[in-house]
This record gives sequence, structure tokens and C-alpha cells, in this order.
Amino acid sequence: MMHWRREATTETIMGNYGVILTFSTGHSIRAEKVLTGAGIETKMIPVPRHLSSDCGVAVRIRRDDRESALKTLEENGVPFDRYEPL
Amino acid sequence: MIYLDNAATSFPKPPAVPEAVFDFMTRVGANPGRSGHRLSVEAERIRYEARERIARLFNHADPQRVVFTANVTAALNLVLLGMIEPGDRVVVTGMEHNAVMRPLRFLEQRGASVTLVDAASDGTVNPDDIARALDTPTRLVCTLHASNVIGTIVPIGDIGRICRDRGVPYLVDAAQTAGCVPIDLQRDPVDILAFTGHKGLLGPTGTGGLVISPAFDEKLIRPLIFGGTGSRSEEEYQPEFLPDRFESGTANIAGIAGLSAGVDFILSRGVDAIRAHESGLAGLLIEGFTAIEGVTVYGVSDPARRTAAVSFRIAGADNAVAAHRLSEEFEIMCRAGLHCAPRAHKTIGTFPEGTVRLSIGPFNTAADIDAALAAVATIAGK
Repeated sequence: MMHWRREATTETIMGNYGVILTFSTGHSIRAEKVLTGAGIETKMIPVPRHLSSDCGVAVRIRRDDRESALKTLEENGVPFDRYEPL
Repeated sequence: MIYLDNAATSFPKPPAVPEAVFDFMTRVGANPGRSGHRLSVEAERIRYEARERIARLFNHADPQRVVFTANVTAALNLVLLGMIEPGDRVVVTGMEHNAVMRPLRFLEQRGASVTLVDAASDGTVNPDDIARALDTPTRLVCTLHASNVIGTIVPIGDIGRICRDRGVPYLVDAAQTAGCVPIDLQRDPVDILAFTGHKGLLGPTGTGGLVISPAFDEKLIRPLIFGGTGSRSEEEYQPEFLPDRFESGTANIAGIAGLSAGVDFILSRGVDAIRAHESGLAGLLIEGFTAIEGVTVYGVSDPARRTAAVSFRIAGADNAVAAHRLSEEFEIMCRAGLHCAPRAHKTIGTFPEGTVRLSIGPFNTAADIDAALAAVATIAGK
């Protein structure tokens, strides 16, 4: 079950996170599964409007995990649009 | 009631299937991937899990290359109408269903050409005949995996290897085999596998799709339906990537939830176990028919080379009347006629009268077969 809590937005503002934008919610779900499987902390968040007008959700990760996350996605053939710091 | 029409649609379904549909419609209910809210994401998760299970069932690596359509006819039309241009040549067998023949005859009227590679009267297709047909430049080879009329299985691995060798894409219509005959896409080089959700995959009607090999460039297929996908929403152009390229509009997500449960059932029980069960019963039925005077069975008798769809005729009896009697007097559900495959009946020599077809599923029992044999014996006797 997913939980949408206010803290998610607050933590995001605190600057420790980045977001992986994908092409669709389905792709986000796949990315989340692969990253979680690799032990990388993820959270599904709404696609930030200032970054993209896509519908659905994107995958938030810790900024420190950026390199390993992108590498994991590439190794597993998971397509994504780009990474942006939050 | 004895249901022996599983080649038309499977019945009953495992209880988890209607339960999954009910669960979706009462607990989740949302449009997948459109909105950012929890229920929309949950709906998308359900659809994603369905893709994963189907990919796993067919030993295919990438769930995002599993595309959902309304049924296998829509899936086949998507590929044929999206890929074949005037001047292109398509090679098919003499056993195809109208879901392949009708779009091809339409394309033929528009300037494409269709080459039918003959099958033997028992439905056997020789891969060498396909190889020979490929001496002439060919855009696509399309064959069924097994006949819906007489169940003969086509060697898709051998044909796939020939097509790969000649650089010709290969489309397989797995309507009769997905879920009840093992399909391994790592072992068998099939470029595009078209499946239906409501037969061997034990899902609801209104589901089906394609599994597209990473070796095949999906851009060779023009989408049939353009529209909203919940992705690239700032753009008025259809996304190029899979699966969104071919999945515009709101999906039958309630149906897909049911299909996911059906595939999960098959993954737990094992396709081999289902195959063994159905083969055994088909063997009993065919053997039993040999003892009834006046009954002719079509297709191959070797259970390893056929599915559990058995077509027969009773000498001196009209097929539709016989099937009607089976339904009314004996509560046995089956299908008589041409089974939407006039080409197949022409090949096996039963056109235009057709046959009576009994098709066994995973929930049929030996008692069902005994009852069917007794009923046919009675009808043949009168």
C-alpha cells in the first residue's frame, strides 16, 4: 500500500533528494522495483510540474544514490528520461 | 453441465480471476497511470504485474514489451494493418484463423500479396515449405501456433529459426496455446507473439495482447489507435516507446486484473501440468471415438503434436444438429461449424459442412470425457 504523507513534500524541500523522470507511470513502477531490488531507497512522488507536464508519478531517490541508481537502471535495461535534483 | 468449448473461451475460470476483477472494481477502481493519486498508481501496479507475469510465463525478459489489446484479433490486426504496405508479401499457412485471413485479404485488395503454404490434411506444417516460400522476398511470416479446429501444433521454433536466418520477421498467433502449451521465447525466436487472455490464460474476455521481442523494432508497426497514454502529455504526437505506443485510451484494467490472476494460477500449477492433464483427456476422447462406428476424427493422433481441441463428424448426421443435441439432451457445450477458420476446413477437407469440436480445458475430468463419448455414441446410433 502506498502512503501519501505531508512529510514527503517537506523532506523533498530539504534538498537531499533527486528525482528520476521516466516516460510513464508504468515505467516508474518498473524503475522503482529494480531500484528497490538493488537496495536503493525510493519513493513514488508526483511528477514535479516545473520539471515535466507528464501525468502520473516519478521516482524520488537520495542525491547520494544518484550514480548507483542510474547505473542500476542502465544495467537492467530500464529506460528513463533523466535525473533532476530536487 | 459439461463445458467442452474451451477453444472458444475457457470456463470455468479459477476463482481468483473473478475475485481479482471484483477486487479491482470495488477497492481500486482508478484509471491506471493517469493521475498521481494512490489509486491510479495502484491500478498501474496491477497492470504492470500482469505484464510481468505474462513475460515470466513466456520466458521473456522485458515486461514493458508486453502490450495489452482488447483480444488477440485486435493484436493481430495491429501488427498486420500497421506493418504491411501495398507491394509487401506475407507468407502464412493453410490453417489460419479469420483473425489473420480477413485482415490479409483486405490488405491484398490494397496491393499486398499473400502466399499460403499448404499444410497436410492433418494440419501438419513443414518448416521446409516455409523456407522455400522465403526464396521470394517476404515482409512477414505469420502462422498460428496450433489450429483451433483440429489442434495440430505448428513447429514455431523451427520456423522462427528459419525466419531469423533469412531476416524475415515472424508473427505467431498463440490464441490456442498460450497457457496450455509451453512457450519459451528465449528458446524459440519468435519476433511477435499474439495472445488472447480469455482462453488458455484463463482471464476474462476483453483481454489479449502482444509480446514483442527485443530483436524486433516496434517502429516497423504503425499504431492503429492514437490517443492519450498518460505519458508525454505535453505532446500531440503519439509516444514512440513501448508499451504506450500501442496502448492509447483507457485499458480494460478490470479485465487485466483478472487476467493477471489467471496467469498467476498457471504459473503456480505449471503449464506442463496443465498440458499433461489436457493431453491425457484428449487421448481418452480420441481413443474412445475410434470405438464408435460412424465417427471420423480429424488431425493427428499423437498427443504430443496436438492441443486438446478435437474435431469430428458423425456419418449421416448434420454437425449443427448433433451439437444442438449435445447441448439440449446431454448438457454438453461444444461448437459446430467452420470455427471462423474456413481456410483450415478447406485444408482438412471438411469445407463447407465443417465439424463438431470438443475442446478440453484444465477443469475438465475423465468423467466429462466418458459422458461425451456416451452422448456421441447415442447420437451416432440414432
